[in-house]
Amino acid sequence: MAEKIIQFKVFRYKQGDPEPHYDTFMVTVNERTTVLDALETIRRDQDGTLTFRHSCHHASCGTCGMRVNGREVLACVTNVMELGTSEVTVEPLQNAPLISDLVVDMSGFYETYSQAHMPLIRESEYLTESEVAEGVPFHMRLESCLECGLCLSACPVVGTDPDYIGPATLAAVWRVVQEPRGEDPEALLAWIDSEQGCWRCHAAMECTEVCPSNVDPGGAIMALRGELTRRKIGRLFGKA
Amino acid sequence: MVETTQLNVRRRQRRPGAWLHVRRRHVGSWAFALNRLAGLGLVLYLILHLFVLSLLAKGPATWNDFVALAKSPLILPLDIILLAGILYHGLNGIRVALIGVGIGVRQHKALFWTLMLIAAVLLLLGTWGFITV
Repeated sequence: MAEKIIQFKVFRYKQGDPEPHYDTFMVTVNERTTVLDALETIRRDQDGTLTFRHSCHHASCGTCGMRVNGREVLACVTNVMELGTSEVTVEPLQNAPLISDLVVDMSGFYETYSQAHMPLIRESEYLTESEVAEGVPFHMRLESCLECGLCLSACPVVGTDPDYIGPATLAAVWRVVQEPRGEDPEALLAWIDSEQGCWRCHAAMECTEVCPSNVDPGGAIMALRGELTRRKIGRLFGKA
Repeated sequence: MVETTQLNVRRRQRRPGAWLHVRRRHVGSWAFALNRLAGLGLVLYLILHLFVLSLLAKGPATWNDFVALAKSPLILPLDIILLAGILYHGLNGIRVALIGVGIGVRQHKALFWTLMLIAAVLLLLGTWGFITV
């Protein structure tokens, strides 16, 4: 298997540091090495203080979201050699508070996201053999969305307006509108029919570009706008 | 019992220039940033335009001087830039309005390039008009 030495320029920041900086590490990679593999190699062999989030290693948990060469990706499925560069720059997600190195605080995102109620799960998750984990009251997540936050980092509007509800949450709201399953979509529609809701989007569609799970948040936001526009026109003509 | 520590995180800050960071971004981000720049340019032009119109109040001589300046070859590139800004902002605005109500969302890139092709043709025709008329 062909090997190559790649220079990794990694964003570093620790609690108390006045400013972040970059550290450079040389890592030997092969055709199968992912960015997450390389980061684990750096932490194991070169710098044990390097911090990053990860769990599943197969694009299911969404925890290893970061920016590689300026683009939001899941590090676990980003092949180093396929990047085609001799230097790979690794940075944390944007538009979230930085905790340490490549780790950002996702709690604000989860807080907003949970307001969409996340009631949507696939029928398969209702199977009798499907057990709910200890401490979790019931299955709850929007199918497909990994809650990785890549869309939040890539969105140019989230960058300029921290109060914007954001693409992932708006996509979740659209799923509730499409398929309420007992939820009340009217309250959610009233919530996102606002300056900081779906009307704040400028249709850059970067969220859809970076989404690793084909949720198409940009499409969902446009669908919400279409739905709200139809309702407003309907009300003009006396339809409830 | 596990003790929790309040982390002194680097707070998320408003980044007013974030929309201009289009390096390594896709067509939609470029289109949005250019649309905003063109919009700002058109606002500046409108202010300049109102100032120019105010010259009318200063009598025929002042106005004739301005018309002579406006016809000089030095102003021609500015006219072309203005036309490019109007065409870009207007036609991209149509794209944003269409996808904003759910029309052509998945084809937004093709829609963008089609409208930019129309903008290029109209810009060439307009430039020809500026030169020959």
